[in-house]
Amino acid sequence: MSLTMEAVKSAIESAVPGAGVELVTNPSPSGQHWLRLDAAHAFQVATFVRDTLGFDYLSNATGVDWPDKEIAEKVKVTRSVTKTVDGVEQTVEETVEETRKRTEPGYLEVVYHLFSVAKREGPLVLKLRTVNRSDQIELPSLTPIWRAAEFQEREVFDLYGIVFTGHPDLRRLLMWEGFKDHPMRRDYVEPDDFEYEPTAHDEVLARVTARQQTGAGQ
Amino acid sequence: MSDAVIDKTPSLAKPDGWNRPPVIEPDGEGELLEVAMGPHHPSTHGVFRMDVALDGERVIRLKPVFGYLHRNHEKIAEGASYLASMPYTDRLDYFCSMTNNWAYALAVEKLTGQEVPERAEYIRVITAELTRVQNHASAIGFLLQEMGASGTPLMYAFREREKILDLFEALSGSRMMCNYMRFGGCRVDVSTAWLDAARKVVAGLPGFVDEIDRFLTSNEIIMARCQGVGILKPELAVNAGISGPMLRASGVNYDIRKVDHYGIYDRFKFRVPLGDHGDIYDRYMVRMLEVRESIKILEQALKEIPGGPIMDPKAKIRGFRPKPGEAYGRIEAPKGELGFYLISDGTPNPYRYRVRPPSLINLTALEDMTLGQNVADVVLIFGSVDIVLGEVDR
Repeated sequence: MSLTMEAVKSAIESAVPGAGVELVTNPSPSGQHWLRLDAAHAFQVATFVRDTLGFDYLSNATGVDWPDKEIAEKVKVTRSVTKTVDGVEQTVEETVEETRKRTEPGYLEVVYHLFSVAKREGPLVLKLRTVNRSDQIELPSLTPIWRAAEFQEREVFDLYGIVFTGHPDLRRLLMWEGFKDHPMRRDYVEPDDFEYEPTAHDEVLARVTARQQTGAGQ
Repeated sequence: MSDAVIDKTPSLAKPDGWNRPPVIEPDGEGELLEVAMGPHHPSTHGVFRMDVALDGERVIRLKPVFGYLHRNHEKIAEGASYLASMPYTDRLDYFCSMTNNWAYALAVEKLTGQEVPERAEYIRVITAELTRVQNHASAIGFLLQEMGASGTPLMYAFREREKILDLFEALSGSRMMCNYMRFGGCRVDVSTAWLDAARKVVAGLPGFVDEIDRFLTSNEIIMARCQGVGILKPELAVNAGISGPMLRASGVNYDIRKVDHYGIYDRFKFRVPLGDHGDIYDRYMVRMLEVRESIKILEQALKEIPGGPIMDPKAKIRGFRPKPGEAYGRIEAPKGELGFYLISDGTPNPYRYRVRPPSLINLTALEDMTLGQNVADVVLIFGSVDIVLGEVDR
């Protein structure tokens, strides 16, 4: 790749002021480092990357789930302890090793692999993160920029539950309409009842009829 | 059925104008008809549905519906070791298991930095190009089948395909589910007898292509039904992530064998066929010409194949744990760009395993190609995309 990641980063920073771009090094021998964008400026940055840097081909868009992580750390703590030494009460400084647990909040991530057909460059890897995994799961959709993301973002919405704002047609892609969960999340538990499938009876039938009458939805 | 059923206002973001399929208004005469083509339609190559809205014979909306064959391949792979997913990749695009194996092996090799011995690279090229030949042959056969040439062209294509599948069976023990490649090489070595048999098959291939050319390429009916139908503009093709023969039929010179130089493809002399109009006929022709180019590669590879080991001696089969990191590896599979995106966290299982399926993404522009066309041509346009549902739904 003739264009280095640092050059891309600085080009983005000068073109889109205020955009948070972080270059993250990939420790793998593949050497595919990535840029982490902030969600607020991602659409602008992506437009710039396509129109000015020439990355016109979005090859791959996918999600990754990073659940809450519990990290156990050993911390050295110094504290004063009252001890009785030779019958005399004294306050002694003592260093103790303690195991502390802290929880790192999880998030959902979208990964885009971009290539340039005209300049034959790539991959340029862009990553976006949600704030958390439960309620703030919106990210800007890049489908208006690269049409290739249309089905792939629908798939990410389906399997990971990331809501893409600005997507023209955000519906489930692989699971059926009415399915509740997001199967690719790490904490997804498969239901016991594998036989369940929506059939056109009773309430499903009523819903289908209602939809046909109002003409809403697909 | 009334107009109300048709969702006429999709309220789309239109920054470019051509980024979304155009909204076609019905002419106001007669009724609109909604047809569900599939999931059990003979032309869908499996279980796939197109919800088509028709104004007379004209398609004014088409929405593909996926998921009938969904088994969450990616989730299963995240619960299995790296090697355990290798046989499962055969089941993605079950016509081209060799290239699926290669794409996955390539991604893992990028992740770990393994080297592939020269002989193994040659074997990979030979098997992949044989796969391309048989895939394109059957794709053309199926296309003609859908055009109404019932049976005969498809059987001609399958005759050649069987010869290639026999080679695969002799090599890997299975006709279609080959499970042949490994990280850092291949599973078994090819014998001299196998190479001779392969040379014999390859020597017969140009005759097959000539035969198809003679009977079909200038056939009046085929030209009438294919030319100018299902046009895909190059700008849209690039923007919509179309890959493989579909992209090149639209005139975009982008072949990953030439762009990425993966494997040893830069050693072979071959050209990249391009289309002019991006219609069904161009897709047919590009596939025909690609078969001819593949034959050239095969002849060179079968002539030059060296001796030596077929596995990286440092390759670890047991206790395979790549260092933390990630990699995206892609190859030019017969249907387009097949990519694997892997994230390793240092454990024996991949943390994230993603398949970039060419079949699914090539369908992104299906609606754009079909709008305004006759419903009978939808079957042809869809057939010219050349998909396999095992890969679309995964």
